[in-house]
Amino acid sequence: MSTTATVENLPNASAEPQVNYLNARYGVKSWLLTVDHKRIGLLYLCTITVMFVVGGIAATMMRINLLEPQGALVEPETYNKLFSTHGLVMVFFFLVPSIPVTLGNFLIPMMIGARDVAFPRLNLLSWYIFATGCLIMLYVVCTGGVDTGWTFYTPFSTTYSTTDVVLAALSIFVAGFSSILTGVNFIVTIHKMRAPGMTWFRLPLFIWSMYASAIIFVLGTPVIAITLLLLGVERLLHVGIFDPALGGDPLLFQHLFWFYSHPAVYIMILPSMGVISELIAAFSRKRIFGYSFVAFSSLAIAIISFLVWGHHMFVSGESIYAGLVFSVLSFLVAIPSAVKVFNWTATLYKGSISYEAPMLYALGFLGLFTIGGLTGLYLASLSTDVHLSGTYFVVAHFHYIMVGAAVMAFMGGIHFWWPKITGHLYPDLWARIAAAIIFIGFNLTFFPQFVLGYLGMPRRYAMYPAEFQALNVLSTAGASVLAVGYIIPFIYLIWSLKYGPVAGPNPFGAKGLEWTTQSPPPTENYLKIPIVTEEAYNYETAPEPEVVRV
Amino acid sequence: MSDAAITHGDNPTGFAHQFEELDQQHDAGRLGMWLFLATEILFFGGLFTGYTVYRSLHPQAFLLGSHILEVKYGAINTAVLICSSFTMAMAIRSAQTGKRKGAIIGWLIPTMLLGATFLFLKFRFEWYHDYLEHTMPGFGFYYRPEWGAHAPQVQMFMCFYFFMTGLHALHMIVGIGILLVLTWMTSRGRFTSQYFAPLEISGLYWHFVDIIWIFLFPLLYLIRF
Repeated sequence: MSTTATVENLPNASAEPQVNYLNARYGVKSWLLTVDHKRIGLLYLCTITVMFVVGGIAATMMRINLLEPQGALVEPETYNKLFSTHGLVMVFFFLVPSIPVTLGNFLIPMMIGARDVAFPRLNLLSWYIFATGCLIMLYVVCTGGVDTGWTFYTPFSTTYSTTDVVLAALSIFVAGFSSILTGVNFIVTIHKMRAPGMTWFRLPLFIWSMYASAIIFVLGTPVIAITLLLLGVERLLHVGIFDPALGGDPLLFQHLFWFYSHPAVYIMILPSMGVISELIAAFSRKRIFGYSFVAFSSLAIAIISFLVWGHHMFVSGESIYAGLVFSVLSFLVAIPSAVKVFNWTATLYKGSISYEAPMLYALGFLGLFTIGGLTGLYLASLSTDVHLSGTYFVVAHFHYIMVGAAVMAFMGGIHFWWPKITGHLYPDLWARIAAAIIFIGFNLTFFPQFVLGYLGMPRRYAMYPAEFQALNVLSTAGASVLAVGYIIPFIYLIWSLKYGPVAGPNPFGAKGLEWTTQSPPPTENYLKIPIVTEEAYNYETAPEPEVVRV
Repeated sequence: MSDAAITHGDNPTGFAHQFEELDQQHDAGRLGMWLFLATEILFFGGLFTGYTVYRSLHPQAFLLGSHILEVKYGAINTAVLICSSFTMAMAIRSAQTGKRKGAIIGWLIPTMLLGATFLFLKFRFEWYHDYLEHTMPGFGFYYRPEWGAHAPQVQMFMCFYFFMTGLHALHMIVGIGILLVLTWMTSRGRFTSQYFAPLEISGLYWHFVDIIWIFLFPLLYLIRF
């Protein structure tokens, strides 16, 4: 971070073309057998992009179908498969892995000044496991899909569904092991691989948030794994584990399922909060206000997230006293989330803000996350939840968190570190236009769904009463705008790989160890392990870092 | 960094490039295994939760189900596993104190044999017997008249029995596989009194699998007393 570290870790400017992790070795084999965390991050990026497209196609078909009250495109049975595919693919194969396995893999060793993660081969293994899970899921999608919704609720999934529930559950089970191994790897890396002088309170906040989400990976994922195994056994042998006729309890499935799947929501949001901390500090040229509060709020969210799962069962037979407790605990989780939003806002105050594309995503995140978070409070309240549960209000709420916040942060992070990952700059004007289109398209898609839900339109239905048509058409129109917004970055980012100007080590003038090495970094990240002498985001006391563009 | 720290300049065996010191590598491996064991506890935890819920809902049926199991075999297997934990600990101790590789292998092989004994008793005298007696859910489970209205829940108890002991047995099989690899590594002279981390870390796993059994034995076999 100090200027000396910068000089030590940059090769002589007049030297031959730099050897970096991308051009060190060539060929398919060099990628498929790599143990370099940066290359593994890119393998993951390609994989989850494919899955994002699959989930996106399903969403597009759903929105087209909802143009007309009687359904414009598909049979209701097909619609059931579409929303199940959309949910399963987007949750388990895009959102949960998204930021951790791509940016996390790429950045954690770089940010803490290490040559690699603690267990590089395990890291590669976890990609192979994930890819296997993806292939199983794609096989299920191609051979008829699954119609249980992403929640696999019993007894429908165990007894009545005629689709391939077991194989779909297996794909989630397999992908879960990838999450577990990644979580273990990240925690050990952050504990044991920090460079000399990189104390816990000098860590970038991205690392704190990755640590918090790795805790959820490690403690939550095994529970969904065993739950899906129980589901598989019940479906194959029908021994009554979740069948009330044989003494089983379907509600037990919901408890076990949400014990993972609610914390999983925070797996999706915590990493994006880490990205936002980096972006806001870099583009307002200020240290994050209340660093330690933001750091500990990540841990607080991770811990409280394990205690709120019952709010998914307010109306499915949970006792009223359990409901009371879960309601209170769910309100509690709003506190650390609000701490973060207030601290980010305070960071912006009197900062010298610049509006590059990543910052536009960060500012979009702030607004959308606030709306998503505040509407969550309506669902955490017992009385309002009775009215809103199972309606489009819920759909809009969690899309504001998962797409409005998590995907915005993912896009912002990809744009911020793209020059570091690839060594090339993308056209900033196009990037800003795309960010604006995504923001507008997103709100147009999902804001009407709050209204629809409040008026009583249930989720997961292929048809609806005619009076809801105007709002549904509005939502579908927004989805088209959103799709355009996602396609534009896809084009110019690919374009930039070949035609983008050379980025140089630090195109944004940002602080942080990863910006002190060349872009793209060498295979072992640093020519010499850096020695850290100052806290993160030291924008104010240190001289303005030079914007280095070669 | 202390002066005594072993670094890449010393070129010791088994030292991975991403670490600065051998101690750092040991610590990372140990922490990694402890975290993995935490995930295993949560993994089995789902089953323990299910068991607890249904036992509190159907205490009588679980009591009846427990009578199907033979305490004799459960008790023998408990003793077998405790002995295997001892031999595993001794294998690590031998490496730590710099004993010959023959001494280490001399403790690893009994560990494997005890593990195999456990599995043999479990499958041959318990599972196979259950299969013949039609007390294996999904394979012609027979509702005995003496269970009366509790029969479906007795089946559920047996289902949990097979699920829990099956998952445990799977972990035992993986453990024996790990021990085979360790024996091969030992015979190649890979471990010294300075580098024996794989032995130690695998030992953690082996003891963990044993401790799971220590919980399963009373929950499944002894609740009838």
